[in-house]
Amino acid sequence: MTAAQVDPRPLLEVKGLHMHFAVTEGVMRRRRIGEVKAVDGIDFAVRRGETLGLVGESGCGKTTTGRCILRLEHPTAGEILYDGVDLAKLQRKELMAMRRRIQVIFQDPYSSLNPRMKVGEIIAEPMKVHGLEPDAEKRAARVRELLGVCGLNAKFADRYPHEMSGGQRQRVGIARALALEPEFIVCDEAVSALDVSIQAQVVNLLEDLRERFGLTYLFIAHDLSVVRHLCQRVAVMYLGRIVELADNDELFDNALHPYTQALLAAVPVPDPSVEASRAFRPAVGEVPSPINPPSGCVFHPRCPIAVERCKQARPEARKVRPGHWVACHEVQ
Amino acid sequence: MPPLLDVRGLRTEFRTAGRPVRAVDDVSYTVDPGETIAIVGESGSGKSAGAMSILRLIPDPPGRITGGQILFAGRDLMRASNEEMRRIRGGDIGMVFQEPMTSLNPVLTIGRQITEAIEQHRGADRAAAEKRAVELLELVGIADPQRRLKQYPHQFSGGMRQRVMIAIALACDPKLIIADEPTTALDVTIQAQILELMRDLTRRFNVALIIITHNLGVVARYANRVNVMYAGRIVESGLAEAVYHRPRHPYTVALLRSVPRLDRPRQARLDPVEGQPPDLTRLDEGCAFRSRCRFAVDACAQAQPPLEATEEASHLAACFRSDELGGLTGAAA
Repeated sequence: MTAAQVDPRPLLEVKGLHMHFAVTEGVMRRRRIGEVKAVDGIDFAVRRGETLGLVGESGCGKTTTGRCILRLEHPTAGEILYDGVDLAKLQRKELMAMRRRIQVIFQDPYSSLNPRMKVGEIIAEPMKVHGLEPDAEKRAARVRELLGVCGLNAKFADRYPHEMSGGQRQRVGIARALALEPEFIVCDEAVSALDVSIQAQVVNLLEDLRERFGLTYLFIAHDLSVVRHLCQRVAVMYLGRIVELADNDELFDNALHPYTQALLAAVPVPDPSVEASRAFRPAVGEVPSPINPPSGCVFHPRCPIAVERCKQARPEARKVRPGHWVACHEVQ
Repeated sequence: MPPLLDVRGLRTEFRTAGRPVRAVDDVSYTVDPGETIAIVGESGSGKSAGAMSILRLIPDPPGRITGGQILFAGRDLMRASNEEMRRIRGGDIGMVFQEPMTSLNPVLTIGRQITEAIEQHRGADRAAAEKRAVELLELVGIADPQRRLKQYPHQFSGGMRQRVMIAIALACDPKLIIADEPTTALDVTIQAQILELMRDLTRRFNVALIIITHNLGVVARYANRVNVMYAGRIVESGLAEAVYHRPRHPYTVALLRSVPRLDRPRQARLDPVEGQPPDLTRLDEGCAFRSRCRFAVDACAQAQPPLEATEEASHLAACFRSDELGGLTGAAA
């Protein structure tokens, strides 16, 4: 999709989102001994028709962010404005209606499909739950149509997930997400478990579906190469916070945050001559425990340019160029 | 100088309820002393089964090595007794696996797991083994080694566990390390640390390294030579630079074209390898890739194309039409 087709008004606005989990101790008598700030005050918006990439390493809070938007978690604080409605405040009934508009594709096509249901039943289930297409004949026709849209032969409706390859199962997961004709899909590591040759097929399918149905994606992933290919804008998370957010090429060609730079440098490129000419020093240390995160800027213990102030004060996101936000004291 | 490892015509089968699966089908390659080679392929390509066969770690049943020779430092491992193999594994050949949590014993301290290897393989006494364990942890970049040796695997992060696995692999001065997807379970910044460490240490001690991976970037950054596997066979082999810039097998071409690149702006839609991965129980006499191949001709159904030299002697491809692929290079396109 070209930039011109993206409506600048946000479909989703996340403001000051916090998701804290209690850490407890003891079996008979549970005591609260601390909390994990899985998401610790983040802001971003997703525009209609765009794909926003949310990237970062394990434990950075990207999946929890997606789960909050889907309301699989109840956020500790903050607003999740979807088309003007705050999802964080919705009760069960209103949520049910909203879930028709917001769907999810999970990473693992092995564990996210019920092994005892036929593929046709899996895809029909959301329609049944939401009372769409009560006529069984029409529902079956719709299942065949969805299979076709996702590049699968209609005969797969009578098969079980274990009879299919990983790529075919992921297409079933996509067909199920499309069954309710949603506007917004959270793709949580949707292509990460697939072999490269199959991954490319599913990436292309996701792009085709976005154009055909005018979908908006939040694309949560750790594979930066896929994100560069698929997303219009990208937000980088580290230890519960967004450290940098920018348009695709701006982020990959002019990354400013030291963590983003370290992340990009760590990814090897499939080209021996490019690799031979790349000067590379891996980032030092490991991600600290989110139970007891560092003071100030959470990246400062690993940061090559950290100064005293970084230990004291948390850097807020600043706009450094149009559309380019960085949370770092030292970046100009 | 003779190669350190010379694998000739290796075949490994798995027999389950249905038809036998030829997981490794007539695989031959060599590794020179101190050299790093990569074996790259997708799930089911036979890249891990081939490496496990070298170590004779194929579970039997259902698996069985049905043919070939594995010459390591001049002796045929296929003829070695089980006792000899136990001495070679963890001795002259070190191993690093994907999931360090399952390869380390959860109820033994890290120190005990390292010293055990040294005592068993090198006959050192406890004190000497402990001294060596401290050295090894320092070598792999684990701070405060005296204290860390007394800890258990669950007290280590994934990256630190993989450093411990590297320390164990290096404990007995191996000539070769086989690393099977050593960083696949790790985050990208930790992956980079571990691979840099393996590169530094194997160079410093002149240890040959076989990296088994599905990651084309890892191959490009770390390997001198690469074997590309598909459906149990090596379909292309050569210097990494030649294979990436002048691929001569349609599968390699397709694979390189299907991966998005981090280092350049998006250019077009991805160009995937069409179709599904092969069903290894249903392979016939022809080329296993032909149903997904844009260049397939009638001959491809008749016989397996042999792995033969292209115009470059060190660059091999198993395709009847490899000469014609010259104008269709992948990575540089």
